[in-house]
Amino acid sequence: MNNKQRIVIVGATSAIAEHCVRLWAQDQPVDLTLIGRDADRIKRVAADIGARSPEADIHVTQLDFLDTAAIQTAVDEIAKQQAVDIVLIAHGSLPEQDTCQNDLQACREALEINGISPLLFAEAFAKHMAKADSGTLVLVGSVAGDRGRKSNYVYGSAKGLVTRYAQGLQHRFAGTGVKVVLVKPGPTDTPMTAHLKAQGAKLASVEAIAKNIVDGVKRGQPVVYAPPKWRLIMLIIQHLPNFIFHKLNI
Amino acid sequence: MRAVSSWGRLDAPLHRVVVLNDPAKIKSLVSGGDSLGLAHGMGRSYGDACLNPEGILWLTTGLDHLIAFDGSTGRLTCEAGVLLRDIQRLVIPRGWILPVTPGTQLVTVGGAIANDVHGKNHHLLGSFGDHVQRIKLLRTNGEMIGCGPHTQPDWFAATVGGLGLTGIIVEAEIQLRRVASPWLQTETIPYGDLDEFFQLADGSEVDWEHTVSWIDCVSGNGNRGLFMRGNFSDSEQRPEPKKRQLVMPFVPPISLVNSLSLRPFNAAYYNLKKSKAGSAIVHYESFFYPLDNLLEWNRMYGPKGFFQYQSVVPREAGQDATRAMLGEIAKSGEGSFLAVLKTFGNRQPVGMMSFPRPGVTLALDFPNKSAKTLKLFERMDAIVREAGGRIYPAKDARMPRDLFEAGYPRLHEFLKYRDPGISSGLSRRLMGA
Repeated sequence: MNNKQRIVIVGATSAIAEHCVRLWAQDQPVDLTLIGRDADRIKRVAADIGARSPEADIHVTQLDFLDTAAIQTAVDEIAKQQAVDIVLIAHGSLPEQDTCQNDLQACREALEINGISPLLFAEAFAKHMAKADSGTLVLVGSVAGDRGRKSNYVYGSAKGLVTRYAQGLQHRFAGTGVKVVLVKPGPTDTPMTAHLKAQGAKLASVEAIAKNIVDGVKRGQPVVYAPPKWRLIMLIIQHLPNFIFHKLNI
Repeated sequence: MRAVSSWGRLDAPLHRVVVLNDPAKIKSLVSGGDSLGLAHGMGRSYGDACLNPEGILWLTTGLDHLIAFDGSTGRLTCEAGVLLRDIQRLVIPRGWILPVTPGTQLVTVGGAIANDVHGKNHHLLGSFGDHVQRIKLLRTNGEMIGCGPHTQPDWFAATVGGLGLTGIIVEAEIQLRRVASPWLQTETIPYGDLDEFFQLADGSEVDWEHTVSWIDCVSGNGNRGLFMRGNFSDSEQRPEPKKRQLVMPFVPPISLVNSLSLRPFNAAYYNLKKSKAGSAIVHYESFFYPLDNLLEWNRMYGPKGFFQYQSVVPREAGQDATRAMLGEIAKSGEGSFLAVLKTFGNRQPVGMMSFPRPGVTLALDFPNKSAKTLKLFERMDAIVREAGGRIYPAKDARMPRDLFEAGYPRLHEFLKYRDPGISSGLSRRLMGA
């Protein structure tokens, strides 16, 4: 047993997750479990955190993100050692909308990695958190999940699934010691959006997004828009009547 | 294609931007193409050293991971896109510091090496390259070269100060130095003319690690200025100052630095600082990087952008050459309040193409007034040429090729190490390819 804050990151090579970890590990001694798909890339993240925060304990797990049995085993293994304080589920990939419309396999993969997979992890951790009656489960959704738009509705619908799921989980854990935080970042400067950056798109800095998330988690805020301005923007977009919305090229 | 400007904002040529963020994928991204590329970090070079118009820019800021840090030896290994700011904020609380940093910490490690940047402590600790122990250099043919002061020292000497032209710096190992506190014991001393400046500079070399001076380029009456010197305190512990971060929010239609604003601004600045002259305890961020608090300050020069002219001339000719250059500037009425005069120590640089050399360096911003500004630079070039000095490529957008060749006598040796898959605006302008 140790008294370090115990944090598990699913999709540890996600830039947003990484920057959250940097902030958490700089505030206090942490016991980190980093879960990723690609062993080399997780090692890169682990080395970075190790160099920044020498007092952090870091464990690395490589996993197939759609293999239900493997997910169950890995999560049970992690949870049985000691109660987990924070689980951040952050993996995803941004598909080309056009590809999804023309290739059902690509469409399916986008739905699975952005929608199904995060839910499987969340469900597996939720069981343990319910038993311990403690812990914070953080899911990374997206502003794209708030209303379907022609430019990325396949990705958006997967994130919409995460949104509904988080809502349900918040309902389930209301009044218990378990907190569920849904994060909805706007377009952020990460490797996932490198192709947008190369075209010169304006993207929020990942450091700022991570700060929003870490602050939101500390407060136990149910829905964290990052940066916060997206709460207002999406409120408007969600309520635009169709006769206006359908004229927008977004 | 995307328009990219360098820090001087003189133009915005189109580039094909390729984002590098996974070390495992760099090799496949930079090799095999038929157009030439250039590594680009924070784009803090003022002219065309960091641009490759109509070509590829490999954006390195995604290579932002530390690889190892040994808190007992101060040895740091990191990817090339890590910012000096992030290193400083991480290591200073742990008792270490980057030995040499330039006037902004918003640059990448790769850029600091490629321009062999210097700081206020050149006379004691040389330039950035003096503290690099190892560089991992990727050539566009896929070859990976590990070099350092003792391994493949020729590749190391070519790459430090090599303007990114010898390959892509993907990783570096740096020896940090001990520091007890983030606070400096500083002194500000007004001076009335250049002789006084040189006396102060020479008299401070032994006892002061950091020396620099602000000079009023329009005062006319003997070039007054403010000499600043500082040493890290070995005991001072105060709470971290609150970070103030402002942004220059837009590009004004004309340069805010102009003939109407310059003289009163300089007079006010000089008199304000003079009234507060003396000793002070100053945080390292405001002592070393005062302009980092105003993000995008380069916008203040308006839509036409600005030049910086930074020269170094040998010490023997230095006093006269500096006086002559300041005379030309005062006569022209051009210039900016951003004007720095500093002596370099008596030491040879690591890189074949490194800028620092023994002597005195003068750096000034000039709002871009096209032909008028360029004419002034020609007169200043003549003084630098005559004095046997040279101009800093990282700041340059216009120096003539003969002055470049005269200033960098190891150029021919350097060219052998160039990567044929890499080219920059500067290399085409000054090296023919």
